[in-house]
Amino acid sequence: MSSYTWAPGFIDDGDRPQIVTSRFQYEDGHTLERYLATGGYAGLKAALARTPVQVHDEVKAATVLGRGGAGFPAGTKWGLTPVEVWPRYLVVNGDESEPGTYKDRLLMERDPHQLIEGCLIACYAAGLSQCFLYIRGEMALAQERVATALNDAYAAGYIGRNILGSKFSVDVVLHWGAGAYVVGEETALIESLEGNRGMPRLKPPFFPAAIGLYGKPTIVNNVETLANLPWLLTHSAAEYTAIGTATSPGTRMVAVSGHVKRPGVFEIVNGTTTFRDLLYGAEFCQGIRDGNELKAFVPGGGSAPWFLPDQLDLPFEAKLVGAAGSMLGSGAVMVMDETTDIPTAAHTLTRFYAHESCGKCVPCREGGTWLERIMERLADGRGTESDLAQLLEIGQTICPGPFPHAASERLGLEAAPFPFKMTTICFVGPSAYTSVHSAITLFRSEFEAKLIKRKLIPVSVGATDDGH
Amino acid sequence: MTDTKSGTEPEAAVPVDPNVVSVTLNGRAIEAQKGELVIAAAQRHGVYIPRFCYHERMSSVGMCRMCICEVDTGRGPQLTPTCMVAVAPNMVIDTESEMTKNVQQGILELLLANHPLDCPVCDKGGECPLQDQAFSHGPGESRYIEEKRHFEKPIPISDLVYLDRERCILCDRCTRFADEVAGDALISFTSRGNETHITTFPDEPFSSYFSGNTVQICPVGALTAKPYRFKARPWDLAQQESTCTTCSVGCRIVIDSSRDEVLRYMGVDSEPVNHGWLCDRGRFNFESTKSADRVLQPLVREHDELHEVSWNEALAAAASIIEEAKAAGGAAGVAVIGGARGTNEDAYAWARLAHEVIGTPNVYSQMGDGLPADLLRLDRATIDETASATTIVLLAPDLKEELPVLYLRLREAAEKKRSRIIEFTPKQTGLTRHAWRSISYEPGSQVAAVNEALADAEIAAQLAKGDVVVVFGRANLAETITASVQALHRLLAAAPGTKLLPAFRRGNSVGALQVGLRPGAGGLDTRGVLQAAADGKIDCLVLVGADPLADFPDTELARRGLAGARRTIAVDTFLTGSSARADVVLPACAFGEKDGTTTNLEGRVSNVVRQVSPAGNTRPDWMIASGLATALGSDLGYANVGEITLDIAINVPGFDHVTSAALAASADGVLSGTPTAIWPVTLLEGTAPERNSYDLRLVISRTLYDQAVGTATSPSLAHLPRGSAVHLHPLDLARVGTADGVEVKVRSARATIVLPVVADASVVRGTAWLPWNNPGPNPGELIDCFAAVNDVRIENL
Amino acid sequence: MSRLNDANEVLAKEIIGRYPKARSATIPLLHVAQQQNGYITNEAIAHIAELVGATSAEVLGTCTFYEMFKMQPVGKYLINICTTMSCALLGAEQLVQHAEQHLGIKAGGTTPDGLFTLERAECQAACTEAPCLQANYRYRYRVTPAQLDQFLDDLADGRLDAEIPPHGVVARVRQSIPVDRGVGAVAPDEVHEAPAWMSLGEKS
Ligand SMILES: Cc1cc2nc3c(=O)[nH]c(=O)nc-3n(C[C@H](O)[C@H](O)[C@H](O)COP(=O)(O)O)c2cc1C
Ligand code: SF4
Ligand code: SF4
Ligand code: SF4
Ligand code: FES
Ligand code: FES
Repeated sequence: MSSYTWAPGFIDDGDRPQIVTSRFQYEDGHTLERYLATGGYAGLKAALARTPVQVHDEVKAATVLGRGGAGFPAGTKWGLTPVEVWPRYLVVNGDESEPGTYKDRLLMERDPHQLIEGCLIACYAAGLSQCFLYIRGEMALAQERVATALNDAYAAGYIGRNILGSKFSVDVVLHWGAGAYVVGEETALIESLEGNRGMPRLKPPFFPAAIGLYGKPTIVNNVETLANLPWLLTHSAAEYTAIGTATSPGTRMVAVSGHVKRPGVFEIVNGTTTFRDLLYGAEFCQGIRDGNELKAFVPGGGSAPWFLPDQLDLPFEAKLVGAAGSMLGSGAVMVMDETTDIPTAAHTLTRFYAHESCGKCVPCREGGTWLERIMERLADGRGTESDLAQLLEIGQTICPGPFPHAASERLGLEAAPFPFKMTTICFVGPSAYTSVHSAITLFRSEFEAKLIKRKLIPVSVGATDDGH
Repeated sequence: MTDTKSGTEPEAAVPVDPNVVSVTLNGRAIEAQKGELVIAAAQRHGVYIPRFCYHERMSSVGMCRMCICEVDTGRGPQLTPTCMVAVAPNMVIDTESEMTKNVQQGILELLLANHPLDCPVCDKGGECPLQDQAFSHGPGESRYIEEKRHFEKPIPISDLVYLDRERCILCDRCTRFADEVAGDALISFTSRGNETHITTFPDEPFSSYFSGNTVQICPVGALTAKPYRFKARPWDLAQQESTCTTCSVGCRIVIDSSRDEVLRYMGVDSEPVNHGWLCDRGRFNFESTKSADRVLQPLVREHDELHEVSWNEALAAAASIIEEAKAAGGAAGVAVIGGARGTNEDAYAWARLAHEVIGTPNVYSQMGDGLPADLLRLDRATIDETASATTIVLLAPDLKEELPVLYLRLREAAEKKRSRIIEFTPKQTGLTRHAWRSISYEPGSQVAAVNEALADAEIAAQLAKGDVVVVFGRANLAETITASVQALHRLLAAAPGTKLLPAFRRGNSVGALQVGLRPGAGGLDTRGVLQAAADGKIDCLVLVGADPLADFPDTELARRGLAGARRTIAVDTFLTGSSARADVVLPACAFGEKDGTTTNLEGRVSNVVRQVSPAGNTRPDWMIASGLATALGSDLGYANVGEITLDIAINVPGFDHVTSAALAASADGVLSGTPTAIWPVTLLEGTAPERNSYDLRLVISRTLYDQAVGTATSPSLAHLPRGSAVHLHPLDLARVGTADGVEVKVRSARATIVLPVVADASVVRGTAWLPWNNPGPNPGELIDCFAAVNDVRIENL
Repeated sequence: MSRLNDANEVLAKEIIGRYPKARSATIPLLHVAQQQNGYITNEAIAHIAELVGATSAEVLGTCTFYEMFKMQPVGKYLINICTTMSCALLGAEQLVQHAEQHLGIKAGGTTPDGLFTLERAECQAACTEAPCLQANYRYRYRVTPAQLDQFLDDLADGRLDAEIPPHGVVARVRQSIPVDRGVGAVAPDEVHEAPAWMSLGEKS
């Protein structure tokens, strides 16, 4: 078996290590019975047998990279809370909504106990006294599965007061959103969890680890990040880092969508798997649909600058991808074949970010909408040359200075690396510009071909010397 | 050699101030304060970074992004919102780099993209930061060819404020103010992204006592105030700073006028007083001075009717009344009450007239609703000291209703966790939910309530931390002040070193008392005067801006006193219930029509200015006193108000340093000192009797909007009082056999009035609360001002 | 009465009890209100404001920020067709047009019988299964026009009632923390010490 009707899109062909998807093969993988029958809660028991500091050290040693987008090591993040400030909270980011991203939902629907166990381990290690599991509002099934799992785990003594007879006591509270992409940004997530409009409140230098939920130290971690912990605790940091590379150990889940023969979600080896493997490999997507040519792909979710076939041989390694002008983001690859109308495709992303702007900062609220209107015009063939220039100028207000993009042999273009400057609070504003910038930089001729052809009005109506 | 060395090298011996942070601003080394935001530090050093959302009195939100500059903290120049980031050692700030300029220009273009081209018809035109910055930073014309956001043009969001959502740039200032400063989060952002706009909840208007501040801080013309929409354009305004005298907080204001007409007041950010805020009553009651009902000519009663006469005739008539009275019953047959609403100079001239020229000891500026004058001799706290005290004890009325901006200051102290508030109150107040402990008591049981609190270990420990300020005022008009004073002394004894902020209410109560509008030896206070008048012992009653019928708690005594005084002289701006009965009415200038000084509750003296000509034939009170002195054959010796200011400095203890020069030199006014003379105050003896279980104990206190003349004659405010009613705790309704909204009889030993019932959980069980001086039946009829407390019974009709 | 009914008020209080601050329950309670009435009424907002200790304006501000809360009645079935990139690349727009024709309404509209509201939606985290849609937040993957017709007919004829509840109901299973197992929420300012288990390492 390679794919399962109960786990739509998930494919486990080939012989790859499975850290977080091992139970997807069971139709009842979401139940406590199956969980316990397959080694469930052994990680928690292993953790409770050690001191919190030892558990924290193990996580640090494993360098579990954050899977929410920024790739920050979880163990290091837990260490950023100010000393002796209590209480501290854990907020689990299950708001998965970045275009192209599809993995956290599977983890919640297919193996909710694994996530819960991960939460408990994190709370134990970092002294977090209450956990809020924030699930995207539109994910009804994930909410039901996690609710059932929580109820069962409470009843069985895995959550709550004196867990498994120890001194460790923590509540895990299921919380759900109501539809707003920006709430995935961690400070907006906290605002939302406090009952407010989900507007980011980034206030450097205070990140949530210092001043978070209710103004208290708060760890925000992605679902997949936490789902790694049970395996790590039943195995070891050494076994974890033996997979992948030194800078990108372990595995990660990646969704490949768009114009490939076999779109799907894969747990891949981090750091070594290349985009070519993913798009063309037999155990992965098996090439472009209908034998078409690859035109471009988005390597790390809708916020990531686009790559060309030139970049296919890059591995899933943050530094290398950053230097090549994009980012790995949330493990989402969107593939465009030669038939793709680039202005239209780019517009769907610009529209997404403009629509999802929280409205807090002017460059995103006003600039994003303006970008979207112009892109719509250009995609519809109603744009003009000056619209193209205007797009780039608006972009300069959102992201002044050089903006990252891929290298292109065809265009004789060198890569512009990450990062970039921005005038907005969070990345929604820049993301509205990313697809605009990538599309115009890498496929300008496609825009030009769709411009309104205005007849040039002759400068003088008198006779000209070329015979008219 | 040594010279040059000491000149160039910083002396290593000088200790480094730990609160100073050295940073570079546009290539220049400056010293900022630890924790100071970059935008504020730059401004202190003369560099104004453009901004729309930042406001120094509210938390930063970083919404508009206009203040972004290049700041280098060692990682190279970063685009940094300077309103969000505090200075750090060795920070390099560049507010003028090309990148900075481009960003600001770009942001401005985006802001203007959706902005209507309203400037020619916008109230803000001419003083609009957006308009100004568009001229100085922005590109010439908009390249935004898309359709702009459309909203219905201005909609009222409250009785006083209109919102134009097309002009709004979503800076979050008004909403932040409502939530953070006023605690009335009745306006909010709604929708998201490009569709975001400000709104109120349906049928819940932005009815904050402080709504006018949002108009002032809105950086564009999105919020406008009903009283001055379309009244004038900023470029033809004349402006002067002054002080609001509506209550004793004494907020600093700017009076804007045009063509000799006052158009609006704006709050001035006075650090020790109002932080830029005003209450709506103070902000909008300037309308009253323009009222068609003002008394504009001197009036003399003939054949039972008041007739306009010349000043000379009126003063002569008044003088002869006074002389007749003196001849009939001696100087003590003349009584002068009032004078707490004018200036220090007015009060001083009247005090001299009364004490020196007429020679009566029966002089008092308070109206029986105030506080014992000798409280001024206790160790007084400033507003700042109160708002930063470790513990603030409230033995006071609802400050939100009576001294609104003091309420804001104390609310902030509690919200920012600087201070803990311990409140003793006969009814929940605006500060109750900010109080660390709120202890409600039934009138008469203040001392027991304080004793019980002092026995609580946590409260005792809190007070033992020291730095305690008691705010003391008149929480209930239906009882004598005796029990509260006893409770105060109990507190002062339990927490030595405690300071006092006396919550006098009228604008210049403190000034009037200090400069001399208080009884001479053996003299009577206002209650005594009215009682004597009722007994036929007062031959001439002089009302200096006093309206006993509206202000004196015991209405029956006020009525009998006015009727019993043989002749009455009134100095007033309007014909009130009391002044309309006078034999001579001397028309007085209103606020904004005269110069002088005023003293707020903490003793701070600041100036008030004449910004427009006096209405009609009116004169300032001090000039009226002078004229009357002359008519009485004497001479106060004042040709102008400055001479009185000087005289006060020379003669009034505690005012020796309060000179015109000192006032001119200090924008925040000058604190006067503690009076030195001993002022005997007699408190009525008597303790509260037990309450009969069928009765309710009466609590009567003021609401911000009532029928006070300044409110009633300001069209924008006149309809805001909520009306007379009897408020009962919901759990008491059944016990007394009534329900919310039902009309009942309220019977006291004195009188019976008929009022609707309001179920009100802020009322203490066993008490009945009524608002003072609201439209409807007058609760003053119920009060016996000699009784320690007053009880009432609720009866069905 | 479109305030929360008695049963839901009990539920609301239970939910509030899980949070260190009542205000945190705002969004969950708005879902409860939407489940009760199919959309959010002003009365429900005022009721929730009372329950969580906020002003109605604040709850309205929160409510209108989020896509899922509808301030007007919508159809029994809310059909959200994803039109973000992965779905757009595989025919989402054609699917929207097809749905518009089938239902006889434009995206954003509701059928006259009140059965369907059609919306263009943003990425639903099912990108590999494009084009996809949700009906009351239940998925259909790799949807062809023919499958769409069948699906809408099945919904209209009640054949999917067991799987797809009416609009407003999201999760049909709720968390409930057993009283004897729950730790209970503590006001953030009342905690000053490290949790008990953090001292475990210190003994050794
Ligand atoms: C606009 C925006 C949207 C985001 N959305 C998500 C999301 O849906 N899920 C997620 O886990 N992280 C998201 N993130 C990243 C979070 O802010 C945060 O970095 C992450 O949850 C931290 O978890 P990790 O360290 O385990 O990755 C988003 C960030 C931004 C700026
Ligand atoms: S960048 Fe956009 S989404 Fe992010 S805070 Fe600013 S306005 Fe909101
Ligand atoms: S109304 Fe004025 S103060 Fe309020 S958000 Fe809009 S621009 Fe800012
Ligand atoms: S608080 Fe008092 S002084 Fe200040 S504006 Fe209001 S009435 Fe005037
Ligand atoms: S003033 Fe700093 S972001 Fe608005
Ligand atoms: S783009 Fe449609 S589900 Fe992600």
